[in-house]
Amino acid sequence: MSQKGPYRAQSGGAAGTAVAAPSIARRKSSSAQRREQIRKHPIRSGLLLLLAAMVLLYPFIDEAFQFRKITTVIPLLVYMILALGLNIVVGYAGLLDLGYAAFFAIGAYVAGFMTSPLSFLNANGMQWYSNFWVALIAAFLVSIMAGMILGAPTLRLRGDYLAIVTLGFGEIVPVLFRNADAITYGEKGLSAIQKPAVHLGPINFEIGAGPVFGLGDWSSQMPWYYFMLVLGILCILGSQRLYDSRVGRAWMAMREDEIAASAMGINLVTTKLSAFAMGASLSGVAGATFGAYIGSIFPSQFEFGLSVILLCAVILGGLGNIWGVILGGFIIQSFDRILAPELTNFLKGVGTKNHIEFLATIELSNWRYFIFGAALVIMMLARPQGLLPNRRRAAELKAGLEADPTDIHDPFEPTPEEQQERQQLYDVRELDKSPEEDR
Amino acid sequence: MATNVTAPVPVAATPSSGILLEAQKLTRRFGGLVAVNAVELQLKTGSILSVIGPNGAGKTTFFNMITGLIKPSSGKLIFDGEDMTGRPPHYVTKHGISRTFQNIRLFQNMTALENVMVGMHSRMSATVVGALFRPPTTRREERSVSDASMDILRTVGLDASWDEDAKNLPYGDQRRLEIARALASNPKLLLLDEPTAGMNPQETLVMKRFIKRLQAEQGLTILLIEHDMKVVMDISDHIVVLDYGTKIAEGAPAEVRANPRVIEAYLGKGVTSGNPVEPEAGGA
Repeated sequence: MSQKGPYRAQSGGAAGTAVAAPSIARRKSSSAQRREQIRKHPIRSGLLLLLAAMVLLYPFIDEAFQFRKITTVIPLLVYMILALGLNIVVGYAGLLDLGYAAFFAIGAYVAGFMTSPLSFLNANGMQWYSNFWVALIAAFLVSIMAGMILGAPTLRLRGDYLAIVTLGFGEIVPVLFRNADAITYGEKGLSAIQKPAVHLGPINFEIGAGPVFGLGDWSSQMPWYYFMLVLGILCILGSQRLYDSRVGRAWMAMREDEIAASAMGINLVTTKLSAFAMGASLSGVAGATFGAYIGSIFPSQFEFGLSVILLCAVILGGLGNIWGVILGGFIIQSFDRILAPELTNFLKGVGTKNHIEFLATIELSNWRYFIFGAALVIMMLARPQGLLPNRRRAAELKAGLEADPTDIHDPFEPTPEEQQERQQLYDVRELDKSPEEDR
Repeated sequence: MATNVTAPVPVAATPSSGILLEAQKLTRRFGGLVAVNAVELQLKTGSILSVIGPNGAGKTTFFNMITGLIKPSSGKLIFDGEDMTGRPPHYVTKHGISRTFQNIRLFQNMTALENVMVGMHSRMSATVVGALFRPPTTRREERSVSDASMDILRTVGLDASWDEDAKNLPYGDQRRLEIARALASNPKLLLLDEPTAGMNPQETLVMKRFIKRLQAEQGLTILLIEHDMKVVMDISDHIVVLDYGTKIAEGAPAEVRANPRVIEAYLGKGVTSGNPVEPEAGGA
């Protein structure tokens, strides 16, 4: 190869210092950026800090105010992890996946097989029976593989066709688990899945088995909460890092325009597979954890409805935006698990008091699909980009980097000769385009 | 990769011969239609070659075959000593061919800087693991790539708009950004598909000068599809004329301009021969 040396295109070099290297400013350590944000928006920063503190101390708040909601909040965290994973596939890479719950099922069953004493791996003299941590890693790896297996046949498909294939995959997996009676116990489900045990020197306990650190009975769920929280934070960090990387840019370029992406040197095959695999791996990990949390799993927990609800969460929150997706997952799940029951009780109370038959017998959870559907329709009409859309760029970040426009060297500025030449031309816009072949 | 000795190359397009790209009897059929018919072409390193021809002549199909978006039905493509026939687009790009599109195909919802950084994809090596754990090598790579991308934006005069989404840029800037993105892969051969389409005369002039500069300052070899004859005649070292998928003429600008077959292809038979204009044959 003749032209060696990296980044030849910069060899011009002279082009000056007009813009004070925004790329560097942009990489300005995030802590400096954060300080800037706090200075400019004290109220917003304060609220965010309060929110973070509440999330961090939730088990104690739950106990102090007698909410008794920690067992509903823990699955909520799992669903947020799922939404984050689906966001990689749908939001970043633009691959519409309608069978995402399948990977959740695969993760849960892998954990079940590996840790339940009832599992086939524990019978017939097999010695693969193991603890939760090994199962978690196995679930991670198996779901990556499952993601690739789903990805491979869909490589040539786009849009609607891809959605149909993933839908089929999402249907097949629960049916498989339902019918493989001998190892999954079919509809009866696989139970007695073991909880994760922690052995760290003097600290020995089983997550979720009982009170910890000499606190009251209420603290038995606390380790689960923090375990899920840590997992969720890791997923957020991972998502953010992927977004701002070569791989993430390739996913987004593929989402925007596959042909242009491939012409820019992006291998569509590996890029698609990696998106499917990454999304599936989060789902698998969530599945294994969820299985261990609830202790028994049934095929009916992983059906199409779950995939759709997750997709709703991602779209409602804002495709491609991590915080939007978390918010979406939170809203949808908290409606299901907290708001709907509470509201039902309230309406029932009102109904019985005022003798309104309809309200006295209402069950809002029966209305969930109606409400989600209506919410989605309204969202699509009023705010199709989601509650927190992607690329909500703070104006002040930009303002600081704006250069003095008079300072910018513009190679496209015509020279005086060219200006003169212009006078001699007819002022006709050349709009000639051949409509042919361009794929 | 620098010394490509293993693959025996049967033809002229080797680094030593001064021919960067060679097409041998390159053909593409779409059903019964022959879009490109046994086109031969030799492109000298460091030169600007324009492919011209009436609408539907097969110019863009020809481009798409060179960049791997369409596989040739038959024929051969040799680039820099390597057989590129039927290679996938990402392979072709990695090996030094880059392009812009006739109808701008930027990544609309990504910033100008991100667009150029995507252009550097094939020069980077970070994987999912690297992205997640960010070892020093990945950090260094990210930094040098974003700096180099800013430099490229500067060479096309878009450095002030680095944080703007591509879809929000004015039309002319989008064309520039597409060129910037193509330059980011550090190509040896740059394919420009109608770079001045939709531009006013002043913008066209400026684009013309910019293309000349790419050739002069960066030693790029450029293959051009262009309808603006003034641009073509002014900047091309060599011109190839296609009509109904067949090469009907080639040569220096002055020769091509005077070639009766070219005039006929563009304006119809009657103009040159004085015969009554015949009904359009074939219709392709």
